[in-house]
Order: sequence, then structure tokens, then C-alpha cells
Amino acid sequence: MTKTQAGAEGATAPSAAPQVPAIELDGVVKEYLAHGEVVQAVKGVTLSIAEGEFFSLLGPSGCGKTTTMRMIAGFEDPSRGAVRLRGQDVTDVPPNKRDVNMVFQSYALFPHMNVWENVAFGLRRRKVAEADIKRRVGEMLEIVDLTGREKRRPREMSGGQQQRVALARALVNRPRALLLDEPLGALDLKLRQAMQIELKRIQREVGITFVYVTHDQSEALTMSDRIAVMNNGLIEQLAPPREIYERPATTFVAGFIGTSNLLTGEVERVADGHAVLKAGEDGRVLVAGGAHRAGDPVAITVRPEKIMISTEEPAGEVSAVRGTVSEVVYLGTYNSYVVGLPGGAEVTVFQQNAHDSSSTAERGDSVWLSWQPQHSYAIGS
Amino acid sequence: MRGKFGDRLLHGYTWLIIAWLTAPIAVMIIFGFNDKKSKSNTSWQGFTFRWYRELFADSSLTEALVNSLQVAVVSTVLTTVIGTALGLALGRHRFRGQGTSNFLVFAAISTPELVMGASLLSLFVSGNTPRGVVTITVAHVLFSLSFVVVTVRARVVGLDPSMEEAARDLGAGTWTTFRLVTLPAIMPGVLAGAMLAFALSIDDYVVTSFVNGSTLTFPLWIMGAVKVGIPPQVNVMGTLIFGIGVAIAIANAIASRRRT
Repeated sequence: MTKTQAGAEGATAPSAAPQVPAIELDGVVKEYLAHGEVVQAVKGVTLSIAEGEFFSLLGPSGCGKTTTMRMIAGFEDPSRGAVRLRGQDVTDVPPNKRDVNMVFQSYALFPHMNVWENVAFGLRRRKVAEADIKRRVGEMLEIVDLTGREKRRPREMSGGQQQRVALARALVNRPRALLLDEPLGALDLKLRQAMQIELKRIQREVGITFVYVTHDQSEALTMSDRIAVMNNGLIEQLAPPREIYERPATTFVAGFIGTSNLLTGEVERVADGHAVLKAGEDGRVLVAGGAHRAGDPVAITVRPEKIMISTEEPAGEVSAVRGTVSEVVYLGTYNSYVVGLPGGAEVTVFQQNAHDSSSTAERGDSVWLSWQPQHSYAIGS
Repeated sequence: MRGKFGDRLLHGYTWLIIAWLTAPIAVMIIFGFNDKKSKSNTSWQGFTFRWYRELFADSSLTEALVNSLQVAVVSTVLTTVIGTALGLALGRHRFRGQGTSNFLVFAAISTPELVMGASLLSLFVSGNTPRGVVTITVAHVLFSLSFVVVTVRARVVGLDPSMEEAARDLGAGTWTTFRLVTLPAIMPGVLAGAMLAFALSIDDYVVTSFVNGSTLTFPLWIMGAVKVGIPPQVNVMGTLIFGIGVAIAIANAIASRRRT
């Protein structure tokens, strides 16, 4: 099974009644000619985004997420494949005739116009009646909390305010979908977190489909209904945030989303619905599910917060691995441990500072790590 | 310790420079009111408004001024249109021949006027082009074009390219985008370039003297009159041109303060 198909398979919206998707990409490829060589920025992306969904394209820079979004907006022509909005093929429709609007990373506000004129720009192009423009711009400025600043110029406003003008300028046109290209990238952390909540509120309020491009995994996890994790021009996994985080489909996703521990081994035996991997002299790793046979090589990921750290060997149907603490970092609400395993692998463990602030183990201590079988998540390579 | 003496020295020096720069202009304005009796207008002989009343008394001088204004207006409009297009292309796009274009723009600025005038003359002579207002205008477009290109290009390079995409995204076609977004954004550069072009054209002597044929412009007429004595009307015209220039500069300063 190719990765592209993996994208298509997970593409049905979680709660969608049978209806036409807001946006569909069908085998979309984007090729560039760079120094006489064909470079594929997007290598075949198929997905469909439901009406009213908050959908994120997440990935490192150069993964093709921005190119994918720009093909939805119409700024890039796909080399192959089709773009459909509400079932209508718009592959050859220029951006000014497409019923989607975009919020640019740099905001791209018009510096010679005031806030009101900026927001009214799209409606004026659509020849909306002046009275309607007045009402809709007023309503929109209220939604983004900028009432009373109509006469300001963009450069007289803070970054957060400019961001909201850009949002209002796009949303006031009531587009089929709003495309946001790393819109919070230029804001500082505090403002960014506030704007994440704000964006989610606005999206609920206006009920418009949001397509959100970001390289920030926590941003994507916080806001999205579904996330497409992209790497190297392809979708690695397309799923709701919880599933992406708990059950990463590939090593790339496991490594890109949060902190993750990758362990590999051979299945020793299968018992009670668990596959048991041997880990070191006296350790074992239990993997839930019966899809494995003895002798199979298996790679699993475990999230750092799922692992317990203890000085005595844990009992019961759990994975148990022995290791040596090589690093302890105090991080306020939790401690982060790095534990070296006999085989050379390193495991990161997060332990909440729930009871007292003294740590369970010190650097150099020999400890046992344990976790439930269902938290060993086997991944395809 | 930088005491009062240093401050006073700095003040004195500053005023000296200002005086140095404005003295010739002051002399020009003052001698426009000189009630001179002799041929030359070099010694103060009393105050009069006569030259303002008789501003257009010398028909050949008036004709030269009209020629100059006509050439300046037409060449400024042409230069601004062509230069803005060129500045946009050079600042925005990557294309074959761009390096050459950039080099030519710079070369046109750095070419000595004598060289440019002489080569234009030989071009017009070999092409059998009759010299006159048209050839003067063409020459003025040529030597002021680069200045418009440079000011516009500087403005274009500083523009956020996604601004035009935003306009397209909001439903504006190519022409509307240019008219409503791109042009207003580069307008300060365009205006600065246009003013430069006008200023260069209105007082050009060297290049014009090669390609004028028998047509006289304002600077050419004055140079011709130096030997027989410059009439005070020249001072008056100079004063008026200077006054208009100052007014435009002030208006521009006010407008740009309002823009920001």
C-alpha cells in the first residue's frame, strides 16, 4: 500500500453525513523545473476535507504543505491531478474566480488602505451593494474585536491586530473555505496561544471550513479536527489529532509529533493476545494485538508520558525494561528522564511532579521502565 | 568636555553651509527686482516690479521657456510610464537579459553627458532626423529614464509579493490588482522618479545643446545671452520655477506625512 492511498483511506470526515466535501484533491502532483531537473514538490496528494472542518496540513519546511495549499487557492497549477471545490472541478480556474480566501503568513495587508478599506476590498470586487458592505464589514470587525479601529492604517497596529485584520479581510467574503498559511508564525508565544483559541472560536462562530498550514505540531494538535502529516511531498498519515499522537502510522510521524521512543526487536512468542519481544537480559516488551508471529521483526513507539519509572521490577502483564538513567531534567510540571538501555537505545520518560518535587531516580541509577501493552504501538517502517 | 564653544562652532558652521547653499538663489531672486539701467544686471540700482510686469516682453525668451516646459512635461510623462514598467519588471521578475538590462540602466546614469550628447547627435544625423523639440524630448527621456527605473525598482524590491496575491485572492483581476494595490504601493517611488526626471529635463544644457538644431530651450537661451547681458526676466522666471519646485516639495512632504 502506498502512502498516498493511506491518505485517501483516512479521508472520510469523522462525523460527516453523506455530503459533497468542501475541498477534494485528487492525485495532485506539482513539479518544478530547477536547474534543468524536474523536482517534485508534491508527489501525489489525495484528500477530501468536509464542510466546516478544521483541517491542518502539518510537516517540516519543504514537505509540500504550502504548495498543496497554494494549489487549492489557485496560485499554483497542479502538474497532474484535480482540485475540486464542492464537487466542482476548479483546476483551471484562476485564484480571483475561486471561492476560497487565504490568510498569508506576512498578512499581506494593503498598506495604503485603512482597516475598513482592507476588509471591504473583496466585497467591492464582487460588486456587493454598498449598504451590505457596510453591514458585513461592521459585523466582521466585531467578530475579530476591531470595532473602533476602522480608520487605522495597518502599520499603526500591532502584529496581533494586523493578523485579525487579515482574517477579517478573508472571512468577510464568506468563502467556501479559508486557507491559512502559518498565520501565527510571526507572533510571540503568548499571543500565539491566545490567537489559537481565538481562531478556533471564530471558526465555530462562522462555520467555515479552515485549512491550516503549519510546521508547529502543538498548534495542529490543539486546533484541528483532522491533520494530514506531510513529508517529502506525500501524506504520511491523515487522522484526528488523538490518533496521530497515540498511533503514529510511520516512523516519521512518530518522530515529528511530540517526543517518541522508537524500539525495535524480534517477536519471541505470542501469548494471550500479546506479542512479546525480548529486550536485554531480563526485559520484555509487550505489544497488544495478534497480528504478529514469532520471528517477525517489529518496530514500536512508546510516548514518554506512558512509561512508569521504578526501582523494583514491575509485576503483571506489562512491558518491563531495565536501563540506566543518563539525564534528569526538571521541567516544572514534570521531570524528563533519559534512560539508556543495554542495547544502546535511549528512552525518554516524562514523570509528573504530582507527589513531591524530589525525583524518583538520579543520574546513574539503575531503574526499571514499564508500560501497558496497548501503549506499545507497532508501526510500519 | 564639549563646552559651549564647540556647540557654537557647530551652529555657526551649519548656518554657514545654509548660507552657502542659498546665497545664489537669494541673489537670483533679488536681482529679479533690480531697476537696472545699463546692459548688465550685476549691480543693484533700485527696486522695481517692472520685470514681473514685462515678464513675456522678450518673445524669444518666452518661446525658449515654453519649449523647455513642453519638453519637460512630455519627457517626464514618457519617462515615468516607461521607467515604472521597467522598474517593476527588474524589481519583480527574473528573466533572460535581466543582468544586461540592469547594467544598461546603470551605464545610462554613469555615461558623461558630453558622450551621450555627441553620440545622440551622430545617431540623429546619420538617421537624417530633423533636430528640434522631438529630438530634445527623446534625448531627455533617455538620460532621465534610468533615474525613474532606480527609484521605482527600489520601491518594488521592498514590496511584499504576497500583497498582489492577496488582491488576486480577493477577486481582483490583473489590471485591478495593479491599479488598486501595486501602483499605490509604489507611488512614492514613481513620484520621486517623475520629479527627478522633470528637474533633470528643465535645466539640461549639455545634451540638449547637441540635439536642439535651431530650437532654443530656456537654459540654451540664457547661455546665449550671457555675452550680451542676461535680462532680469530670466531671474524672474528662475524665481518662479524655483517657487513652484519648493511648493511641490512642501506638498509632497505634507502628503507623505499624512500617508504614514
